[in-house]
Amino acid sequence: MEPVKIVRGTMAPLMRSHVDTDQIIPKQFLKRIERTGFGPFLFYDWAYDHEGELKPDFILNQAEYQGATVLVSGPNFGSGSSREHAPWALLDRGFKAVVAPSFADIFRNNSHKNGLLPIILPEADVERLAALAEDPSAEIEIDVKAETITAGGTTVGFSIDPFVKHCLLHGLDDIAVTLESEGEISQFETARPEFKPSLT
Amino acid sequence: MRTLFEKIYSDHVVRSAPGEPDLLYIDLHLIHEVTSPQAFEGLRLTGRTTRRPDLTLATIDHGVPTTDREHGISDPLSRLQIETLVANCEAEGITLFGLDDPRQGIVHIIGPEQGITQPGMTIVCGDSHTSTHGAFGALAFGIGTSEVEHVLATQTLPQNRPKAMAVNVTGELPPWSTAKDIILAIISHIGVSGGTGHVIEYRGDTIEALSIEGRMTICNMSIEGGARAGLIAPDEATYSYLKGRPFAPAGDDWDAAVEYWRTLPTEPGASFDSEIGLAAADIPPYVSWGTNPAQSAPIDGSVPAPADFDDAAEQEHTAQSLAYMQLEPHTAITDITIDRVFLGSCTNGRIEDLRAAAAVIAGKRVHSDVHAMVVPGSGLVKLQAESEGLDEVFTGAGFEWRDAGCSMCLGMNPDILLPGERCASTSNRNFEGRQGRGGLTHLVSPAMAAAAAVTGRFVDVREWTD
Ligand code: SF4
Repeated sequence: MEPVKIVRGTMAPLMRSHVDTDQIIPKQFLKRIERTGFGPFLFYDWAYDHEGELKPDFILNQAEYQGATVLVSGPNFGSGSSREHAPWALLDRGFKAVVAPSFADIFRNNSHKNGLLPIILPEADVERLAALAEDPSAEIEIDVKAETITAGGTTVGFSIDPFVKHCLLHGLDDIAVTLESEGEISQFETARPEFKPSLT
Repeated sequence: MRTLFEKIYSDHVVRSAPGEPDLLYIDLHLIHEVTSPQAFEGLRLTGRTTRRPDLTLATIDHGVPTTDREHGISDPLSRLQIETLVANCEAEGITLFGLDDPRQGIVHIIGPEQGITQPGMTIVCGDSHTSTHGAFGALAFGIGTSEVEHVLATQTLPQNRPKAMAVNVTGELPPWSTAKDIILAIISHIGVSGGTGHVIEYRGDTIEALSIEGRMTICNMSIEGGARAGLIAPDEATYSYLKGRPFAPAGDDWDAAVEYWRTLPTEPGASFDSEIGLAAADIPPYVSWGTNPAQSAPIDGSVPAPADFDDAAEQEHTAQSLAYMQLEPHTAITDITIDRVFLGSCTNGRIEDLRAAAAVIAGKRVHSDVHAMVVPGSGLVKLQAESEGLDEVFTGAGFEWRDAGCSMCLGMNPDILLPGERCASTSNRNFEGRQGRGGLTHLVSPAMAAAAAVTGRFVDVREWTD
C-alpha cells in the first residue's frame, strides 16, 4: 500500500443515513476477480435508470462533482456486507476519504487496508462540511499525521487508531508485519489442543 | 469472572502489545468464490502460500445457479469466478465442496452441518454472516478480502478487542413466534447500528430453549444490528447436535473437547459493556416494511409514517424507505400483497425451516398470483428434506424445488426479483435492490413466508387454521 499522509481536494455530499454496501456496489458487479475496475459501477442503482442511462439528478453524476476526492455522508456508512469491493469502487472512482458521523465496522477495516480514509466527525461538523460542499469547488484538506480536517477556513480534529495511523503513514503491508511474529505463531500452534478440528 | 467472549478471545491471542492490535489465531477459515479471488492473487503476487490449508474449507454458493446445473453455468463472469476458486483450491491444497459434491451449500450452513463449527473456536470468512457460527459458542466474524489474504498467509488476524453486549431474552415465546421474530425484534430495538463495535451474547431462558438451528438464525443476523459477532453459550443441546458429525471430535478427543467446552459459558457476575433485555411474551411474528431490518413491525401492526419519528434524519430515512418500498404510511401489514416467496438463505435455509414452512402449506396451494420457490441451504439439507417427503409437499403446493445456494438472498445468480416485484423472503437483508434492482423485500420467518404464499398477502399466521 502507498503511504497516505495528506488528502487534498474537493467534496461531494451524499447526505443519506445507512448507505449500505449493496448501494455502494451492487451484487451484479461482484463477479470480477480483480481489485480494479469497479469505479464505473459505484452507486449504480442510484446513478443509472432502468434503461442504463445516467440519472442527471444524482449528485455524483453532476459535472461539477466529477473530481471530488472526499465523500461526505450520513451515519452508519458502509453497513451490510463484507465486500471489499465497496472501498475498491470508491477508490477507483477517485475518492480518497469518506467523512461521516459513524461507519460500519467491516467497511472501516476494509477501507484502512486499502488506504481509503473513513473519518468520523460529530454530526454537526459533518453537516457543516456537507453545506460547504454545496459549492463543488470548496476545498478540504485532511492531515493524517496531525489528525485534522481543514475546510472553509476552519480546522477540526478527528481521531484515528494509532496503529492504523502508523500503517497509513508508512504504507505498511500488514501481512509482512504479522510475519515478523512467525516464532510466536508457530509456538501458539504447537500448544493448540489435539481436539480442534482440521480438514485432514 | 469472565464472559464467554473474553474466554474465547484470550485463548486465541498469539501476541499482544500496547498500542497495537492483538494478533488472534484463527481456528477455521471458510472461503467462497466471491470474496477470495483477489486474496489468492495477492498471495501469488507476494510469493506467499496458504499457511494452514488443513484449517481452511471452501465452498461455492453465491453465484451458483439453482436449476439445470448439469448444463453448467451460463454467466461467463460467474463461471470464471467459480473456476478461479477451483483452481486456487487445487493450487493451495484447500478442501473444496464443489458443485458435484452433495455437501456443497451456503458456507454458513455447511460448517455446522459437517460439525467443523465447534464451541470455543475462532472462525472467519469473507462474508458478514459468519456471525451464524456463534450459535455454537464460537467467536465468528466476517472479514474483507485483504483480511482473507492475511488469514491465508498467517492463520492469524490483527484485531482490536471489541466490546461485549448482552441481550437477555426471557420467558416463553408465544405460539408461532420463532427465532427469526426474536432477532427482528432485537434489531428493531437496538437499531441497525446499535451493535457496532460489539460482540453480542444472546442469553436468557428463551435463547436456551431454542434449537441449535434457531440459535443460528439469531446469531446470523447479529451483523444486521451492526455487531461484529453474536454468541450463544454452548450447552447439552450443542454437544448432542455435534456428536457424530464428520468433523466433530471422537473418542478421547470428544471427552477432552466437552471438558473444555464446559468451561466456556459466562460466569455469574461477569460484566458486559452494555446490556438490554426483552420479554419473549412481547415478540409476535414480525414483517419488515422498509429497507433495513430494523424497519420491521409486528404482523398485527402497520407501516409507520415519517412523522411518527422524532429525529429529522430518521424521518427522512423513513420517507426514503417508504418511497422505495412503494408503501403508504399506516398501511396495515396484512393489507400488503406479494408476488414472490423466497424460502432459503443462511438465515432460514435449514431443515427445520423447511419443515416449519411445509407444515403451514401442507394440503394447500400457492396463490395464483404468487411465484414461490424453496432453495435448500445445502445439498445435504435438500437430500434430508427429500427423504422426509418435504419436496413433494412443496411441489404439490406449487413451490419450485431448487438446488442449494444463496440464490435470491442476494441475486448474484439468475434468481432475482424484477422491478416492482414484492417478495416475502426468509433471508436477512431488505436493502434497496438486494434481491434484484427495484425489487421490494419483506423479511419474515419461514412459517410467515409459507402462509403468505398461500394467501398472496401477509397473514397473521397465529390465526392459521388447518
Ligand atoms: S445466503 Fe445470503 S446472506 Fe447468506 S451467505 Fe449467501 S448471500 Fe450471504
